[in-house]
Amino acid sequence: MRTVEEIKAAIEAAVPDAGVTLVMNPSPAAQHSLLLQPEKAVAVATFLRDSPELAFDYLSNVTGVDWLDKEIAEKVKVTKSVTKTVDGVEQTVDETVEETQKRVEPGYLEAVYHLYSVALKDGPLVIRMRTANRTDKIEMPSLTPVWRGAEFQEREVFDLYGIVFAGHPDLRRILMWDGFKDHPMRKDYVEPDDFEYEPTAHDEVLKRAQERQASRD
Amino acid sequence: MSLLDTKPEHIEGWNRPPVIEPDGEGELLEVAMGPHHPSTHGVFRMDVALDGERVVRLKPVFGYLHRNHEKIAEGTTYLASMPYTDRLDYFCSLSNNWAYALAVEKLVGQEVPERAQYIRVILAELTRIQNHASTIGFLLQEMGASGTPLMYAFREREKILDLFESLTGSRMMCNYMRFGGCRVDVSGPWLAATRKVVAGLPAFVDEFEALLSSNEILMARCQGVGVLKPALAVNASISGPMLRASGVNYDIRKVDHYGIYDRFKFRVPLGDHGDIYDRYMVRVLEMRESIGILNQALKEIPGGPIMDPKAKLRGFRPKAGEAYGRIEAPKGELGFYLISDGSPNPYRYRVRPPSLINLTVLEDMCLGQNVADVVLIFGSVDIVLGEVDR
Amino acid sequence: MAVDNELKIELGKQGVFVTTIEELYNWGRRSSVWPMQFGLACCAIEMIATTMARYDLARFGAEVFRPSPRQADLMIISGTVTKKMAPQVVRLYNQMAEPRYVIAMGACAISGGPFKQGYNVLKGIDRYIPVDVHIPGCPPRPEALIQAFMTLQKKIDEQPLTGADRPRHLDAEAQGEFPVPEPGEHDLEPTSNPGVWTVPVVIR
Repeated sequence: MRTVEEIKAAIEAAVPDAGVTLVMNPSPAAQHSLLLQPEKAVAVATFLRDSPELAFDYLSNVTGVDWLDKEIAEKVKVTKSVTKTVDGVEQTVDETVEETQKRVEPGYLEAVYHLYSVALKDGPLVIRMRTANRTDKIEMPSLTPVWRGAEFQEREVFDLYGIVFAGHPDLRRILMWDGFKDHPMRKDYVEPDDFEYEPTAHDEVLKRAQERQASRD
Repeated sequence: MSLLDTKPEHIEGWNRPPVIEPDGEGELLEVAMGPHHPSTHGVFRMDVALDGERVVRLKPVFGYLHRNHEKIAEGTTYLASMPYTDRLDYFCSLSNNWAYALAVEKLVGQEVPERAQYIRVILAELTRIQNHASTIGFLLQEMGASGTPLMYAFREREKILDLFESLTGSRMMCNYMRFGGCRVDVSGPWLAATRKVVAGLPAFVDEFEALLSSNEILMARCQGVGVLKPALAVNASISGPMLRASGVNYDIRKVDHYGIYDRFKFRVPLGDHGDIYDRYMVRVLEMRESIGILNQALKEIPGGPIMDPKAKLRGFRPKAGEAYGRIEAPKGELGFYLISDGSPNPYRYRVRPPSLINLTVLEDMCLGQNVADVVLIFGSVDIVLGEVDR
Repeated sequence: MAVDNELKIELGKQGVFVTTIEELYNWGRRSSVWPMQFGLACCAIEMIATTMARYDLARFGAEVFRPSPRQADLMIISGTVTKKMAPQVVRLYNQMAEPRYVIAMGACAISGGPFKQGYNVLKGIDRYIPVDVHIPGCPPRPEALIQAFMTLQKKIDEQPLTGADRPRHLDAEAQGEFPVPEPGEHDLEPTSNPGVWTVPVVIR
């Protein structure tokens, strides 16, 4: 089994401007992954499949992951011009103050692919792709032309997460019905409110049930 | 939308199903087989376009049993998802337990004691035998052998389920394995009963084979039907007996050596033609190999604890990270992909369902065949809807 | 009752068989309930196990599983009904001929069971069609299904042919077709059939 660094080097040697980033996995499983640039993904995937030294001919698993917008609070040292009155004279002095700044790191949708090699009995290699955001720039290239095994799984990711796979031969909803509008596996999905009757309701459901009951009485 | 309009535009390099053109005589008939159809093992649907008896287009439709297992698992703790895994492939709850436990053990770097490993192997192989026997029974049922082979299979299955019940408390939904071991220890009488059942299994497989393997109808209907070529099988991520029936030597028990499978001597049966008959035969031979593994495991099972004392059950919070663990389930490669963010619930919980992915090539195998063979080809894939739709 | 029960037994000993039309009619119906071959999820496997040699549902005259709803008397809802499947279940029920009965087998069919929180899971099939017998369990054992069967037979046995509480199939005014829900943009529409199911009042 080659290490991920070696595979990354091999990709960079074969595909110019591949732009592969290593994503470390801190868990004891140590299955590190390679983040691909969507523009080069198909070329990299084809190389991974066809290169005789790597021969990742078997795509095991395709998954979507939804990463929400993250609000990050950081302490930043800011230099400010402050007008002060010193000895009766107004002066402008530069002062360094520590401030808590909040910035929102935009969320994204991610597709994770687990590759194995049947020919070399090798694996897994994890590759991932990310969209620019969660709302409008949700396209990424489909890897179904490279590995046919992605066909249904990418459809599932499209259905449940809403990632649009460009170049997928048959991108339709797979698990939910065609007229369904939501993407239910997203973290901010609100499911239809049909807990009308709950014999052992508690917490929020109980509150909702009581409100319903009151409106009915 | 007509089925014929779903012909995908040509995409460079795509390993797509062959295009079968109608012969132009007569009209095409579009049939929705399912979701209520006796041959579909539940609530699966195939939209089939027929030219006479010949299939010219086939699109599987899923989701009629989409029970939101993954979403529910993301809202609950790691351990609370264990009983849900029973209900994925409800024939093989113990294999599912093992796959999930394996993924979590990878995520936290958990060791499993010897005795628990042996118990896991014994239970997984018993599961494999009863799954393969039932699958063959259902396949024969679809061929028209109404009832009899299935009755034989279920007679044997009941014996194995009795063992599961006396050990775990449930016939089908065993909920037995834990992260770092098993829930309860096996007793001496249970092992003795298991040895007795296993001793009777070769006679059952012999009986099954004597009735079926050289049966004229079975050979006529199965040989050369629904052929799957090895190159396509690998490219389309087919796994399990279906992959091996196409002649690809890939058994995760041999490749990954998960658990303690490297200690047992067993062979991997391979097919030659990749047709329905090979898939049937590979399953029969796998049952025989499983009996061999069971005999070794039942002989060698050591004493000792069944849970790693360092395993944490309460307040189980894996460190942030991710892991993908997979096993050779009776239906194929069953994998679990987990992302932890340090909280008690998994951030992402994904099941890699062998049943769903094995259906990728259903259209390729069925095109040009008669509609009566579609039922057989579908039966030989061996799916369970709970796992296809989750 | 026209004939005294003791007299009937006494006559029976003499080789004279006395009965009523009602008894004969119900005896015939209860002894040949044909279920529909209709499996939804895990419970279907236990349903199959019930028909196999060990539990042998044939003892109750119910081994003939019919693939077509037109020929079936009993629908065993054996498993989770999802929102995608619910319209089909109601449609199949509509296609069955009267008299027809429904057994809701397992926790999922009753209430959604362990999958109740799922966005695609119907929280009980009794929201759309009337259910005669509920069996809890996940899945119920074959013995439980046999118990449900015997309960259903008892229920059929006790149905009067005339009067206000006669069964639906003898009532010309009774509802025959049940509205089939439509899959909408976010949920099924409507989310329940108010003619069959109303929100139970729970004292909290």
